Amino acid sequence: MEARWVGPVVGAVLFIVAALVPYVADGYWMSIAVTIAMYTALATSWALFSGPTHYISLASGAFFGIGGYLVATAMSDYQLSFWLMLFIAPIVSAVVAALIGFATLRLSGVYFVIFTLGLAEMIRNLVSWVQNNFLGSRGLYVLTDFTEDHIYWMLLAVCLAIFLFGWWLSRNRLGFALKIIGNDEEVAKHVGINTALSKVILFTTTGFFGALVGVIIAPRYSYIEPNQVFSPELSFLVVIMALLGGAHRLWGPLVGVIPFTLIWEAITISFPNSTTLFLGIAFLLIVYFIPNGFAGLIEKYWSRMRA
Amino acid sequence: MIRRTLLKVCASTAMAAAVGLTMTLGAHAADTVKIGAVAPKTGPLAGGAVVTQWPNVELWVKQVNARGGLKLKDGQKKIELIEYDDKTNPAEHIKAVQRLATQDKVDFIVAPFGTGFNIAAAPIYAKYGYPQIAVSAISDKIEELTQRYPNLFFTLGTTTSFAEGVRDILVKMKNDGKIGNKIAMVNVADAFGIELADAARPLFKEAGFEIVYDKSYPLGTPDLSPVMKGAKASNPDAFVAWSYPPDTFALAEQAIIENLDVKAYYSAVATCFPAFGGKFGSKINGVLGAGGVNVSSDKMQAYRAAHKEITGKDADYWASANTYVSLQILEQAIEGVGSLDKEAVTQYIKDNTFDTIMGDIKFENQFSNKFWTVGQWQDGVFHGVSSVNVDGALPVIAKGGWN
Repeated sequence: MEARWVGPVVGAVLFIVAALVPYVADGYWMSIAVTIAMYTALATSWALFSGPTHYISLASGAFFGIGGYLVATAMSDYQLSFWLMLFIAPIVSAVVAALIGFATLRLSGVYFVIFTLGLAEMIRNLVSWVQNNFLGSRGLYVLTDFTEDHIYWMLLAVCLAIFLFGWWLSRNRLGFALKIIGNDEEVAKHVGINTALSKVILFTTTGFFGALVGVIIAPRYSYIEPNQVFSPELSFLVVIMALLGGAHRLWGPLVGVIPFTLIWEAITISFPNSTTLFLGIAFLLIVYFIPNGFAGLIEKYWSRMRA
Repeated sequence: MIRRTLLKVCASTAMAAAVGLTMTLGAHAADTVKIGAVAPKTGPLAGGAVVTQWPNVELWVKQVNARGGLKLKDGQKKIELIEYDDKTNPAEHIKAVQRLATQDKVDFIVAPFGTGFNIAAAPIYAKYGYPQIAVSAISDKIEELTQRYPNLFFTLGTTTSFAEGVRDILVKMKNDGKIGNKIAMVNVADAFGIELADAARPLFKEAGFEIVYDKSYPLGTPDLSPVMKGAKASNPDAFVAWSYPPDTFALAEQAIIENLDVKAYYSAVATCFPAFGGKFGSKINGVLGAGGVNVSSDKMQAYRAAHKEITGKDADYWASANTYVSLQILEQAIEGVGSLDKEAVTQYIKDNTFDTIMGDIKFENQFSNKFWTVGQWQDGVFHGVSSVNVDGALPVIAKGGWN
């Protein structure tokens, strides 16, 4: 078998195995599987943009929130269907991402990070203000008959779409352009790459997938409060997990999300009263001993084994 | 060297994970009743949960165990409590409830803290058949939710009934000539605040009030002085704030600074907290708020004394009692059935009347229509002044300055 097909074949097998998880897992392991699928989708789509460009985006919470909030408002106040919103919300979010991208991605990285940091908070206040003054609300409910299994399969489908997109990107001019931008933006400009446009396109896809995940997770929460879906914490978790795995490989975030979720769970069970403290210690150890993420570690041992 | 250390770290992390996961599998003793509880110990809702939820769980478990445990057909069994922090995060909450149900295999679970968390967890309680006696959950969709989830019970009332309670008090004060008809209304621009303001607006207008000031402020606003200045400038007779805990405190502070001259002042959540009275003392005499208790009943006095003695904290003047009542109902239902059969216990809750510290409680269509809506600080105690079907309301007094 040719080496370039190893990745896709392994990926396809893993995907099929993942799709069978609901048939063997009980409720508890399903709730962990949903968490893993959710963060895999968010972190992988984050890494597609931030990996090559080195622009650290803290906007995941904002896009996720747009998805969750739009589906809740549409379903409780306008009786629109979940499926329609699954289609509309990501487009709205992609448009928002494009606008933000055009406004900020011409600037250098630092300004971008600072801007995205406040984005979730800004959009939350904006939608709350609109709802308070113009729409009114009797509570945002997303009541569906979906079980965790359904939500898991939907998230898995999103993961598959993101992986296919990433795979396509890696053998495409746009992906190549992004790599050059990441290495030296000046050089990229000189060889004739429209750097701003390339960055905006990729950032838009992050917005699209973030909202898609937000829509799918909303039925799991059932009752949507703006301050819970527009969570700055989510933005940070996505970055931490992606970096723990390694943002330079398509499968990097995946190998970050899985151990992170399991360690988090073990800490939550063992130290219910001081979770944050132990999580901080675990994180310090990881950053200190595994600076290139798990992907870097795996690659190192892989190449040593072959040598 | 570094590599070896790295291996050690990996190994110890894996060990920690393995230990953590197996710890929950072991230690199953059939001579106890396992009760699970998930609620915030950290995050935005932790402040409310450590006043209203956790101390009552602790109190109830200690009291039941002190009298020898729950009386079942095959003997008396003590309670073993398993508690988790949901970090005020719905996803964490769902995981923790699943863990209680499938890994710890608990016999019963104390209902979550917060409207969103009760609704998010309801499908899991329904799936495993646990009765869910929700307390800190206020909604206008109770009928739809109880039909959807046959194990879910509501005890604290509906959104509209809270707005109606405030309207009734203001109408009474107006008819008694204590206030005029001008209301300044503010709300926190977040889920529950928007809902309450939305419900109240038409109710106030229908009752002949004029809303002379109607503003919202974002959740987490540190400085509420512009809001209070604006309200004062509109010269209202009554001030109503649909507020959350942090802004309830901040608004009172600003009202004192601005010396807001109203005969009726209402703020919603957390006005009933002992810390509110503790912070402002006599200045907030006459302040109205969501909730209330009838402190003159013997059972309530005994409960409050036990709460103080066992947990070291004062019970709040609202949902603390309701939380304890929900546990009393669970206790009486389990003992009434005499076994840990979840389905039978749920049916028992639907069919029977329970003798609690708030009097007799009976569910109709899984809803207990007996709760306080408005309370008032009078001489250092937050008394109930308006309720739905609860006895012991005191007459409301006009607020006389902020001294």
